[in-house]
Amino acid sequence: MQHDEVIWQVIRHRHCSFMAKIETGIFCRNPYNVTGICNRSSCPLANSRYATIRDHGGVFYLYMKTIERAHMPNKLWERVKMPRNYAKALEIIDKHMIYWPKLLVHKTKQRLTKMTQMRIRMRKLALKTREKIMTVPTKQKKREARREEKAEKAALLEKSIEKELLERLKKGVYGDIYNYPVDKYNEILDKEEVGKATISEDEEEEPVIEYVEGYEELEEEDDMEDFGGLAIKEDYDNDNLDDDDDDDDEEEENASVAYKRGRKSSARKLAKEEQAAKSKKKIKVQVEVEHEDAVERQRAVY
Amino acid sequence: MKDLLPSAIKNKEKRSEVHAKLKHQKKLERRRRPRPVPRTIENTRELDETVCKPDDEELFAGNDADEFSCILKEERTPKVLITTSRFHSSRGPAFIDELISVIPNAHYHKRGTYDLKKIVEYANNKDFTSIIVVHTNRREPDALLIIGLPSGPTAHFKLSRLVLRKDIKNHGNPTNHQPELIFNNFTTRLGHRIGRLIQSLFPQDPNFRGRRVVTFHNQRDFIFFRHHRYIFETKESKEPESKGKGKKEVAKTQEKVITRLQECGPRFTLKLISLQHGTFDTKGGEYEWTHKPEMDTSRRRFFL
Repeated sequence: MQHDEVIWQVIRHRHCSFMAKIETGIFCRNPYNVTGICNRSSCPLANSRYATIRDHGGVFYLYMKTIERAHMPNKLWERVKMPRNYAKALEIIDKHMIYWPKLLVHKTKQRLTKMTQMRIRMRKLALKTREKIMTVPTKQKKREARREEKAEKAALLEKSIEKELLERLKKGVYGDIYNYPVDKYNEILDKEEVGKATISEDEEEEPVIEYVEGYEELEEEDDMEDFGGLAIKEDYDNDNLDDDDDDDDEEEENASVAYKRGRKSSARKLAKEEQAAKSKKKIKVQVEVEHEDAVERQRAVY
Repeated sequence: MKDLLPSAIKNKEKRSEVHAKLKHQKKLERRRRPRPVPRTIENTRELDETVCKPDDEELFAGNDADEFSCILKEERTPKVLITTSRFHSSRGPAFIDELISVIPNAHYHKRGTYDLKKIVEYANNKDFTSIIVVHTNRREPDALLIIGLPSGPTAHFKLSRLVLRKDIKNHGNPTNHQPELIFNNFTTRLGHRIGRLIQSLFPQDPNFRGRRVVTFHNQRDFIFFRHHRYIFETKESKEPESKGKGKKEVAKTQEKVITRLQECGPRFTLKLISLQHGTFDTKGGEYEWTHKPEMDTSRRRFFL
């Protein structure tokens, strides 16, 4: 015997396993429920004549149950396939539920509408690309963080950068942009001192640099004045200003010919360096002479 | 007759003298003995057969036939398009501003809701050479996608430890000069390829007068990015004996050239997650290299 009222009383006031109470209302989880709300008129268990739309793989089916089949749970629900066309589906509903209570028909049609809209939207979304959220296990995250910290400590970054830059400077990648650093200049000077491949001129000039500040210089100074006074002054001025424009142009041309990243053979670079050093050294020697001479002149005056 | 132990001498003065002598001898011996080289992870790294050798013909041929060879041979100047993922907030824009200041010729476009594939097409039409996509997660830039164009490889990096310029103490302000590049430790073939990919983001004719250097340093598969301004200085240091470099016989003051760095610009680390052969295509793409968790099992095995 099927007493809907009794069933409803029992379900509602005792326990229904499909009922889900949340703060906004009471809902029914039964898959055959047409509205989804736990109501006297919406409960599929408490209504012996009921209809629903369900969706299987994108196809809608109209499910109907009548009291005549209430004793055969196996064959309880009658299923009708809905056409894709929305208007036709509505007609089908009308046709099958022609003598049914209006409320139920209305609710079924509402459900159909909602589900059609959802289907359209899902298909549109599936065409678009969406970002997929990938989870990374916390263990891995922590491990990576730890390893990164240790790697950072092991990579002595500032030191290695400084070392690389110094190497590039030594190789001559920068050409002659930087004022030839004093110590490197001295280094090369000393190389000559020690007695590697030298020209005799160098050896002769060295005593001049070192100590003797007297008569020899005056003699030489006369010569230089005779020959290239202007040249000396130019070089002196150039060396005073930090930008050796003339020299730089020449050197930059040379540098641009050389491959900037320093892939040229070091031999060529050393040769260039030495040439540059020698030329600059000679220039500098002249400068020194003048300088000392100026000092001496002053002394002479006083 | 020598005593076996200094402690056997009863006289305190003599005993302490002998003890001090012994100690001094030991100290000298230790100094004389060369210090053994400590074992580090880099020393004990597992042997990788894909390490590039300096005279590898195949490598050079591969480089010539590379996607980057155009840019690296200065036939094309790099033009970079920077964009973001769909959600972009907080530190993202600041990071992108700094990226624009670091990479010359970089343009930022807002993402909108375009598909990445469409963005790649758009960039190809407008003659860009690479795309960088900054991906944000939980309001922090999280991942970097570098896509070479026109058909270049796509590298997906995980970004971490981002420090913006304003958070660095005594930071410098970068200029517009084209920077010098330093790539350290990209030893294996894969590392070499990644190095070239990153190199193709920058123009290949650095302006040495600008004294700007951008460094990508690979250590244990983490690529550290630093951006500095440098200057060479001579420093005087007084030393009693001359070491190898200074060949002066009598050296009282030794002058050394040192580099001084001032950090400017952001600081972050990258870790390669995957390298894909074509442009971005997760479904149909051909991956050259992907990170798998089983690669982390050995502490001494690195891939870059």
